Amino acid sequence: MSDVAVQHGLTGAYEPSLFGTYSKKIGMWLFLLSDSLTFGALLYAYSYGRISNPSWPTPFHSSSIINATFMTAFLLTSSLTMVLAVRASVDHKPKQQMWFLLATMLCGTAFVVLHGREWSHLISEGLSLPVFPSVPGAEASPEFVNVTRDVPQFPATFFGLTGMHMLHVTLGVIYLGVIAFRKKFIPVLLLLWLVAWLGTPAYSPFHYGAHVLLVAAIVCTVILWLKPKLYDSSDVEVAGLYWHFVDLVWMFIFPLVYLMSTRIL
Amino acid sequence: MDAVQTAIVERVAEQHRHHAKGQFFWVWGALLVITAIEVYLGYQNMQPVRMLSILMGLSIIKAALIIAYFMHMKFEVTRMRWLTMASLVFCLAMMCVFFPDAFRILHLAVR
Repeated sequence: MSDVAVQHGLTGAYEPSLFGTYSKKIGMWLFLLSDSLTFGALLYAYSYGRISNPSWPTPFHSSSIINATFMTAFLLTSSLTMVLAVRASVDHKPKQQMWFLLATMLCGTAFVVLHGREWSHLISEGLSLPVFPSVPGAEASPEFVNVTRDVPQFPATFFGLTGMHMLHVTLGVIYLGVIAFRKKFIPVLLLLWLVAWLGTPAYSPFHYGAHVLLVAAIVCTVILWLKPKLYDSSDVEVAGLYWHFVDLVWMFIFPLVYLMSTRIL
Repeated sequence: MDAVQTAIVERVAEQHRHHAKGQFFWVWGALLVITAIEVYLGYQNMQPVRMLSILMGLSIIKAALIIAYFMHMKFEVTRMRWLTMASLVFCLAMMCVFFPDAFRILHLAVR
């Protein structure tokens, strides 16, 4: 045991931060570092499958590449609006901050919608996972059916990687919604859940995936009920870090998964 | 939030106020241009290994721009920059240990 007596209760004692910033931000950085390993593992799994399999498919036609390019542009633009939201928050301009956060959320939503459309298209064409129900009445293309049968690693890693990223973007939009609108965002979230759940057919993976929004609404309600607060510039900046990370991950998924699997006819 | 944290938050906010907004537009423009180059390369019939090297190089540049400017890492203290980035690069590089096994499977032609 130490003999040194430690004095407590010194008011106004200043302890400089080891990393020159506030704890919340360091916490978010630690989370992002661990999350980057999750995505790193998924990207490495995809690359492993690609290297080890000489018949790895290249199923993305021009329409998929154009779609993915628009998705990338939406994400990059959302990062710009996010950084402008952070700037508005430190300048104490709440109205501007809210509009920039809303613009970021809209760009994120556009990304998810475009991605969802592409998934639905690929699934109806026959690129699927065993857990996905078959699409009634859809004419599967032999090219995609063969890929699913002969190289099941492709749909497994493709849907795993892009699905994980889509989940992160969805949670990011919800996170920003809570920061921007607090309690007012909960009814909007519930409405979005109903639209996503009832607006998608029962065979779509998004029919069940929509329940993520319900779970998020419950979690956000509990958080806002237990700890109601006005979010300040540090909260906006920390949310921004998460959002930029989601953008950053896509900068690797887009070339590795889409551009490297292009089949231009 | 206690007084110390509030003081640090205010100091960080002050740092943000000193950055010109224009640099964010420049970075955004650069990211869009690099993306356009990547898409253009996607339409070229290049050898996969060569194409992968170029695309990954461009992606790393994009990632560096996002981390440095949008995630504010360029303006953090040196200790923060080195600890986070070095640990990240080290952990991701360690995952490369699996690739020789992928090549082994390819050469053995195991199906």
